[in-house]
Amino acid sequence: MFKAKIFVNYKPSVLDPKAEVIQNTLARLGDDNVQHVLVGKYFELLLSGDEAAVRAQVDRICDTMLANINTESYRFTLEPVSDGAVTE
Amino acid sequence: MKAAVLSFPGSNCDTDMTWAIGEVAGQDVQLVSAQATSLAGFDCVVVPGGFSYGDYLRSGAIAKFAPIMSALKDFAAAGGFVLGVCNGFQILTEAGLLPGTLQWNTSLQFICQPTPLIVANARTAFSTAYSEGQQITLPIAHGEGNYYADDATLADLEKNGQVVFRYAENPNGSRNDIAGLTNARGNVLGMMPHPERAVETLLGGTDGLGVFDSLINAMKGAPADVATRTFA
Amino acid sequence: MLQQELSPDQIATEKPYLGLGLNEDEYDRLTELLGRRPNFTEVGLASGMWSEHCAYKYSKPVLKTFWTKNDRVLMGPGEGAGVIDIGEGKAVVFKAESHNHPSAVEPYQGAATGVGGIIRDIFSIGAKPIALLDSLAFGDPKDSHVRQLIDQIVAGIGDYGNAIGIPTVGGETRFADSYARNPLVNAMCVGVMDTDAIQRGKAAGVGNALVYVGAKTGRDGINGASFASAEFSDEEAANRSAVQVGDPFMEKLLMDACLEVTREHQDALVGMQDMGAAGLVSSSVEMAGKANSGMTLDLDLIPQREPEMTPFEIMLSESQERMMLCVKAGHEDEIVALFKRYDLDAVVCGRVDEGHQYRLLHRGELVCDVPVAVLTDEAPVYHQKGVQPARLQQPAPDFEPGALSLLSTLRQLLADPNVADKKAIYRRYDAQVQTNTVLGPGADAAVVRVRGTHRALAMTTDSNGRYLYLDPEIGGAISVAEAARNLVATGAEPLGITDCLNYGDPTKPESFYSLAESAKGITAACKAMNTPVISGNVSLYNETNGEAIYPTPMIGMVGLIEDLSTITTPAFKQVRELIYVIGETGPDFNGSLLQQVTTGAVAGALAPFDLTQDAATQRRLLAAIRQHLVTAAHDVSDGGLLVALSDMAIAGGLGAKVDLPLPASWLFSETQGRFIVTVAPENQVAFESAMGDDAHLTGVVQPAVLTVATNDQTLTVPVHELATINEEALPCLLK
Repeated sequence: MFKAKIFVNYKPSVLDPKAEVIQNTLARLGDDNVQHVLVGKYFELLLSGDEAAVRAQVDRICDTMLANINTESYRFTLEPVSDGAVTE
Repeated sequence: MKAAVLSFPGSNCDTDMTWAIGEVAGQDVQLVSAQATSLAGFDCVVVPGGFSYGDYLRSGAIAKFAPIMSALKDFAAAGGFVLGVCNGFQILTEAGLLPGTLQWNTSLQFICQPTPLIVANARTAFSTAYSEGQQITLPIAHGEGNYYADDATLADLEKNGQVVFRYAENPNGSRNDIAGLTNARGNVLGMMPHPERAVETLLGGTDGLGVFDSLINAMKGAPADVATRTFA
Repeated sequence: MLQQELSPDQIATEKPYLGLGLNEDEYDRLTELLGRRPNFTEVGLASGMWSEHCAYKYSKPVLKTFWTKNDRVLMGPGEGAGVIDIGEGKAVVFKAESHNHPSAVEPYQGAATGVGGIIRDIFSIGAKPIALLDSLAFGDPKDSHVRQLIDQIVAGIGDYGNAIGIPTVGGETRFADSYARNPLVNAMCVGVMDTDAIQRGKAAGVGNALVYVGAKTGRDGINGASFASAEFSDEEAANRSAVQVGDPFMEKLLMDACLEVTREHQDALVGMQDMGAAGLVSSSVEMAGKANSGMTLDLDLIPQREPEMTPFEIMLSESQERMMLCVKAGHEDEIVALFKRYDLDAVVCGRVDEGHQYRLLHRGELVCDVPVAVLTDEAPVYHQKGVQPARLQQPAPDFEPGALSLLSTLRQLLADPNVADKKAIYRRYDAQVQTNTVLGPGADAAVVRVRGTHRALAMTTDSNGRYLYLDPEIGGAISVAEAARNLVATGAEPLGITDCLNYGDPTKPESFYSLAESAKGITAACKAMNTPVISGNVSLYNETNGEAIYPTPMIGMVGLIEDLSTITTPAFKQVRELIYVIGETGPDFNGSLLQQVTTGAVAGALAPFDLTQDAATQRRLLAAIRQHLVTAAHDVSDGGLLVALSDMAIAGGLGAKVDLPLPASWLFSETQGRFIVTVAPENQVAFESAMGDDAHLTGVVQPAVLTVATNDQTLTVPVHELATINEEALPCLLK
């Protein structure tokens, strides 16, 4: 059993209106040394199977559903977990 | 013209679209469930607005996996006319039938208001009822209508004349003021403004009728392929 | 929850019910009614069902005084919503509900779930929801906390209504310091249905099934009904319990499925009710109560989102997007299958029994066995005594505006958030989905076409706490009369009202006085305008640190337009058209916006006004509009004549040249019963004979400039300048 921790965010070249607003607001509140804000989404999936197969599967899920690869990039980590974790 | 209007769980402009095409424009129109798998017998397919599957992941991101979508891709590949409005536009970009993507409005707020548009290309199957450069007013109602495509894609779109409608006063941050565009072949149009909401004087204007009139004209005696060729 | 372990005897000594909103007398009453000590679940059910929110224990004696019936009312208060006949086989269904407390705690979800709840009330009757309105009241937007509340509440309302596909066509947003910590969020929904398909929330017929449909039950919003019936203090801020989360996508599926049941499975459906305040217990026990039935529910069958929920938690959860249906025995599978097609949970969770007991089973144990009536009809009712607040016993002297400049005062009022253009708020709502919106937000009232007829419905919300603060009875009457004027200005005949009664703690005699007196005014005005009360809700305990809000009854009124061609808007249409002021103008400045803006407070006595005459004027104007004699109409309200004229000029992009033989300051008076209208010159004679002495010819429409002459001052100002002030004020304040 693996826990996939997936991060999806806009590619650096894409303007992110939410990040802009956050950065501008921080600057207005005095945190003007914030140089960059990245807003993203975080997903956790629990998957059974061997590591190579799960890795390929998560890649496919990200490519087709969790990220829009026109504008977004993703990365993920896989952590082995015991089967009992499902019911947590 | 026999039009299919797709209905996804969460679509909420589907019956508005059938009203506009059926009752107002006087055409044959039928609601088709997203669970259906065939679009045989239809001259054109409309993907209407709404919040398909709640739009919780990204607008249109779940809808693209609906059973009807492979039939829609085949329909478009065969040169059939496809019109996506608002959430329909978002679904078509997610499904890869149109380039680019729709991001959050720069204000980060949903915006509903009548919006002036310039007809940028009046030679597409969706816009012959207008004249080039004509200003029309259509309502917008969206939170994620900020069109984005990378520089190379934008350059292509402009070179090919794929931009059909531009905002006269950009309300959402769309690149190149793009409000509606077609695919390279010219048989698939996506637009954020709602033509189906502007077809009756009682409700404030009829500038949206041109989209449907254009489609009806394109269909008259002209197989889809001929109609698309007139675009090039 | 540890308290679950308490035995009936321990409950008697440790009194955990005090924390649930039941007092000792109420606990004793419950014990007496049962003839034994209640167990924990039963105490919990009573705390929910006996809350003000469900039982109206303080407000019931007042609500009973409302006028609720005329020959058009098909169903009055007591069900999910009221129903009025609009002809051509159609009926309009509407109701408003407050979500003030949840919105103060969690503004986004509080507002969103308020919208979700009122929509369920409408489709539970079998009506298709066609419009939403929202009446909001906030503190001063200069306060950053208030701005945050506005942004989140507006976002919550918009995100829910926009996603479910019901247009938000109107409402109002008011600002006064008294709402700074206790905003008002009153949502109204209007639906349309065939007159022969009205559903009631009842569970009748021994052996018939109770079918739970919609979202799973979680631990959200537990005991929200009792929570809504308590006031806020800073110390309690940490205790504020979790507000439920709305899911408009789920609700759209639920709405479509329930409407399909009422449309196509009439023979299988006995009754249907929304799970609103006090969730599962209120919906089920009220359904049993209305049919005089008994009922047994098996809680193990209730779809649950979290493990190990106690019966108390399951029954009192206010998880959203759930409905209870009573389905005829033998038809269960057909109904369950229908919901499954929409991907919704639907389970048979109980049956209608013989007798009158309300029984709950949990893991094989009987955890509740009480007479239905104990939870419904036997809820306590308190007959409070009102005491006139000191400020009303000796009102301050009449407010005299003194010397003022017409132009600078007009500018000041147009920029006041109460008068300012509200586009910054309403453009965040989809006002057009369903493509029937003839007049959206920004007009006196919204107008929505009724498909399949030649008719349209006009709808508005009205509240003005400033007036009620000075005189609850007159102020209550004004709220109704002004709502009627809003409708008449669009060409609609007022049909009826719904209300949200927003007041302070009813156990305080001054607060109760306001509630009772305003009900008198509302009733008098309802009779004068022929608009019965068909539904509504009560929100008491609107207090922060002991300080009550202005007494604020929100009146939601719906009217009928029989011919689409008679729909009228406030915008000036043509130069040279004649401008008439309808009604008389006096020096009525107490409670006026002018007083609020120039002195920072309201004080003085409110002048009585003649409801009969107001109603007669409205009838004459409506007749003139129906004869196509009027080209624009606008009621005169906040800010008086000059603000109303400016509204019409800004909306039409045209000016006016008027001569008002009054002292300049009277142009800001708020005398009741007035309109401004325009008439085409060729209709002058016909219009004047239709209106009689009510109509005063005061000028003409002209291009671009507003020119006003009074007894002692003149004003000349370009309309675009006024438009800019009016349009930029709110966006600037909300930044």
